[in-house]
Order: sequence, then C-alpha cells, then structure tokens
Amino acid sequence: MAEENRQPILEVQDLGIDFGGLTAVNNLNMKIYPEQIDGLIGPNGAGKTTVFNMLTKVYQPTRGKIFLEGKDMEKLNPVEASHAGIARTFQNIRLFYNMSVIDNVKTGMHNHIRYSNFDAIFRTGRFRREEKEAQKEAEELLEIFHLSQYASLTAGNLPYGQQRRLEIARAMATRPKLLLLDEPAAGMNPQETEELMAMIREVRDHFKIAILLIEHDMQLVMRICEHITVLNYGMLLAEGTPQEIQNNPEVIKAYIGD
Amino acid sequence: MKRKLNVNRNSAVSYSIVIALYIALSIMSASGLLGRKYSSLLVPVCCYIVAAIGLNMNVGISGELNLGQAGFMSLGAFTAVIVAGALNFHGITAPALVLLICIICGTLVAGFLGWLMSIPVLKLEGDYLAIVTLAFGQIIVNIINNVYLGIDENGLHFSFVNNTLQMQPDGSVLISGPMGATGVKTASNFTAGFLLVLISLIVVYHIMYSRNGRAIMACRDNRIAASTVGINAVAEKTLAFVVSAALGGAAGALYGMNYSSFAATKFDFNLSILILVYVVLGGLGNMTGTIIATTLLVVLPEMLRFLSIYRMLIYAVVLIVIMIVTNNQAIRMKLKALRKGKAGNGSGKGASVNG
Ligand SMILES: Nc1ncnc2c1ncn2[C@@H]1O[C@H](COP(=O)(O)OP(=O)(O)OP(=O)(O)O)[C@@H](O)[C@H]1O
Ligand SMILES: [Mg+2]
Repeated sequence: MAEENRQPILEVQDLGIDFGGLTAVNNLNMKIYPEQIDGLIGPNGAGKTTVFNMLTKVYQPTRGKIFLEGKDMEKLNPVEASHAGIARTFQNIRLFYNMSVIDNVKTGMHNHIRYSNFDAIFRTGRFRREEKEAQKEAEELLEIFHLSQYASLTAGNLPYGQQRRLEIARAMATRPKLLLLDEPAAGMNPQETEELMAMIREVRDHFKIAILLIEHDMQLVMRICEHITVLNYGMLLAEGTPQEIQNNPEVIKAYIGD
Repeated sequence: MKRKLNVNRNSAVSYSIVIALYIALSIMSASGLLGRKYSSLLVPVCCYIVAAIGLNMNVGISGELNLGQAGFMSLGAFTAVIVAGALNFHGITAPALVLLICIICGTLVAGFLGWLMSIPVLKLEGDYLAIVTLAFGQIIVNIINNVYLGIDENGLHFSFVNNTLQMQPDGSVLISGPMGATGVKTASNFTAGFLLVLISLIVVYHIMYSRNGRAIMACRDNRIAASTVGINAVAEKTLAFVVSAALGGAAGALYGMNYSSFAATKFDFNLSILILVYVVLGGLGNMTGTIIATTLLVVLPEMLRFLSIYRMLIYAVVLIVIMIVTNNQAIRMKLKALRKGKAGNGSGKGASVNG
C-alpha cells in the first residue's frame, strides 16, 4: 500500500510516560492509516497496554504528542477521547457485568442517542424512535459478533470467549474511527481464535475503520495484520510488514534471546 | 426484543402491586376492617416507599452509599410546612392544591440541595458521598431544631435565638425550634400517597430504562470502561443522587402534610438507616422488592406489639431471617425456578400477602 499518499488517522510523536522513576514508554513514533489492521507486539512488560492507556487518555503521557486526524489530543480526557473516535477493549475484560448483553452494547451508543431525561420520563416520540434505532443497531452488532442468542443474558454470565467479543461489540457501538484491541484472543481456543479473526476482518471491511491490536499469538498477528510495530522495554524496536518483522534479527533476538 | 419484554414486565409487576395494594387497602380502610392503628400507617408507608425508591436509585442503581435520606425528607417536610403556611395565610386552603404545591416545592428544594452537595463530592471517587450525606443528615436536624419561623402580613419572620418573632397579632408560628412544625393544616391522604408512589415509580423506571439509566449502571459496574465509551461518570452519578434527594424531598413533603405537628428529630440518622434497610432487604436496584420490604417492615413492628418488651428483639430476628433468606443462593434459585414455573403469578401473590 502506498502509505505515503495517505493521511494517517493516528500519529504518535516521541511519546513517553514515566511512573515515578520507571520509564514505561519512551520515544515512541507511530503512524496508523485508515482501514488498516495494525499489530502492536512485544515481550511481557514492554509497555503495550500503557500505549493504549495513553492513546485513550486513561494515562496522561509525560512526553510527546498524539494526533488523531491531525488534531492534538493533549487536552482530552478519556471521555473526550472516546468522543473524538477512539474505542478500546481491555486486557483484563471490563464489561458492565450486572447489565444485559444488549444493554452493554447500547451503553456504547450513549453519545449517539440524543434524547433528554424529559424525553425519557415522558416517553416522547423522540425517545421511542431513538430507542428503537438503538435496539436495531445493537442487534446488528450482536449479530456480527455471534452474540444474538445471548442478548438478554447478564454479561457476567457469558462464557469467557463471548465476553471478549462483547467488549469489541460495545467498543464498536461508539462508532469509532480507530479501534484498539488489547489481546483479543487471550484465553480463546484455536477455533474461537479463528472465528475472532474473521470477525475482526469483517468489522474492518464493514465499518472501514483502523484497528490496532496487541496480541501474543504470533500466528494470529502475522496472518491478520498488514503492518506491525514492535515494542521492547518501552522503546520502538522495529516496524514494518509481517514479512519484514518475521525476518528482523532484532525482533527474533528480543523474543528468543536474552 | 426479549429484553424489552422483560423490562416491561419488571415495571408492570411493580405498578400492579402498587395498584392492587391501593385498592385492597382502600376498601379495607373504608369498611373499617383495617382498624385505626393500621389506617394511620397508610400515608407513612407511602412516604417511606417513595423515599426508599429514591434511595434505591442512588444506592442500588448508581452504587453510591447515601446515609442521609432522612435529611432530604426533613427538607421536604419543613419546606412543605412553610409553603403551606404561606398559602394558607393568603387564603389558599384547598387541601389538594396546597398538597400539590407543597410536594413540588419539597421536591425542588431537596433536589436542588442534593445537586449543590454533589458538586464537590461526586468529583471524588470513593465513599465520600456516604460521609457527606451522613454529616448533612445530622446538620440539617440540628439546624431545624433551632429555627423559629412564623408568618404575618409583613411576610416571613425568622429567628435562630428563641420564640421572639415579634409578629402581628394575625400571624401564625410555623416552626418553633425543638418543638418542630406546629399548627399544620394536614392535607395528605392515602390517595395522594398512592399517586406519589406511582409517579415516583414511573420516573425511576423511565430513567432506569433509558440512555442515562444505562450509563448510571455502567459507571457503577465499571467506571473506567464507562469513561472509554464516552460516559461522564460525574454527570451520571449526580443525576442518580439528585433524583434520590428529590424523591426524599417529595416523601418528606407528603409526610409533613400528614401531621399537625412534628419535630425535626423525627428525621434523624435512625430514619436514614431504616430506609437504607428497606432498600437493602428489598434488593439493590429492585423497586418491587423495595415496595414490599418497606410495607412489611413498617407494618411488622405494629403487628408485633402484642409481644410487648420482646417486640424489637423479634423484629431484629425477623430482619436477620429475611437477610439470610434473600441472600441465600440456593433459596434464590428455587424462588427463581418457582417464578419461571408459573410466570406472572408472583405479583398477585405478593399483593395478597400484603393486603
Ligand atoms: N499505573 C502504573 N504504575 C506503575 N507502573 C506501571 C503502571 N502501568 C504500567 N506500569 C509498568 O509499565 C510497564 C509496562 O506495562 P504494560 O502493562 O504496558 O506492559 P505490556 O506490554 O502490556 O505487558 P503484557 O504483555 O504483560 O500485557 C511495566 O513495567 C508495568 O509494571
Ligand atoms: Mg498488556
């Protein structure tokens, strides 16, 4: 792909964060392009999740800049980062466990539903229309993630693999431009992983969004990602196509060596 | 689609229980079956139900501990007394109209104070709301305990010192310090209480099953995840708290207009805890359970009166037994299975038990 001709959707410049004396991420530069599936890999503790936390503004970076569609994200908080178009899942699943599966998805639509409390209390036409639309959109998302049959189940009672998929469905309900997936296949068996990969591709093709995913399963990363960034000790180790990464001696050393 | 049906069934069960209870109790009260002792409990039960439904919005739906619901009730009650006094003084005496205006004012005053309190408190994460509402409940009782207030042709007269309000002869004293409200022209009745319960239920259910209701529960379940889907937890928790406070105010106004006199100490910390007990026993987030638990637990001490000195002992034992039963996984599963076995029967049963 001719990346040079396209505007990146996300650009990260010299990004860094310190926790007390510990520098968890440093001098990170990244560009993410629209409609591309990117991989963020690296050994345990490399700082991958921390990068996600900075991109979603859960953590405020100590150094560097993040631009989403050319706009500086410095002043944004997590809520505003979501409004700006970044959605994510969590390495340790964070669902709304006491709510139904479909309500988890509808909660993700919070900012697209515009009716007021007045509309809700008096069940106005606007309330009914927008709730109906939300119901329809939520059902479509559940369909994509093969969760329709669980719609009315309490999210906490879902099997583990389905919980991970529900988290993606909820993130997609925010209608993001960039989706961040933190180890989406963790704890899944090979068949579930296979299904998940198909779903991730379907999401990208259907919604035309950029996806950045953290994953330890190299098989999955190499097969699904079109571009990969490798982190080691919080620093950029390498980046490129899956082939380039696979043959990069530095990467091989970081994973096998030491 | 399935979920929608569920939701409607939840609220439909509550509405039907409330309506069935109202009809049954009205008939029993009118025919003298209920007796004076229990008839006099009808309005207070409605007050406690409204206060408990509101509190459940805060504690159950939003997941924030609130130890000052009685404080909001006292705000509503004394606002009602003052407003009613002013209305009466200006010749507006139709009880239904006076009560309506009093309840609206009580709701607004309590809701507004709740909103003011929430500004500094809800920005913080943790149990600060519990501490602040606890303090608020204590402070408000102590303040009202020292207020002397009367009305005459020159308007409201107010003093913190003693009963020297220096009023014109046509004036009347509305609040006199530790004695509390005096000379209230009562305006509450069971029908008004029933309507207030119904309206409170509708408001709470309609918020619960809306965009903000989902957001409130999302912040309770996982605040970080809620923020990353664009939900402002402070705003959502404020909404739940203000609704809770406002309903406390409405309940207090109804209560205040039910007695010709009452003291501020009526709304002490014990009452806040009592209402919290109704909520916890009824089930966090469970409005139907709250209604049933409140009704039973208000009536129970009266029914146990024959036990004389052992009354509160037995009351405590009953509370503990209810807690064990409702928290026991095995028993709950059985109840669930029963309910599934004969769907819809649950509501009728609950109503007849209470009737
Ligand atoms: N809030 C925090 N406070 C202090 N240190 C932190 C914090 N968050 C992360 N770290 C540290 O930053 C480093 C990177 O952690 P991070 O979770 O980003 O790694 P990771 O690449 O996601 O690892 P894994 O593959 O195990 O998930 C670790 O040393 C971790 O202990
Ligand atoms: Mg991680």
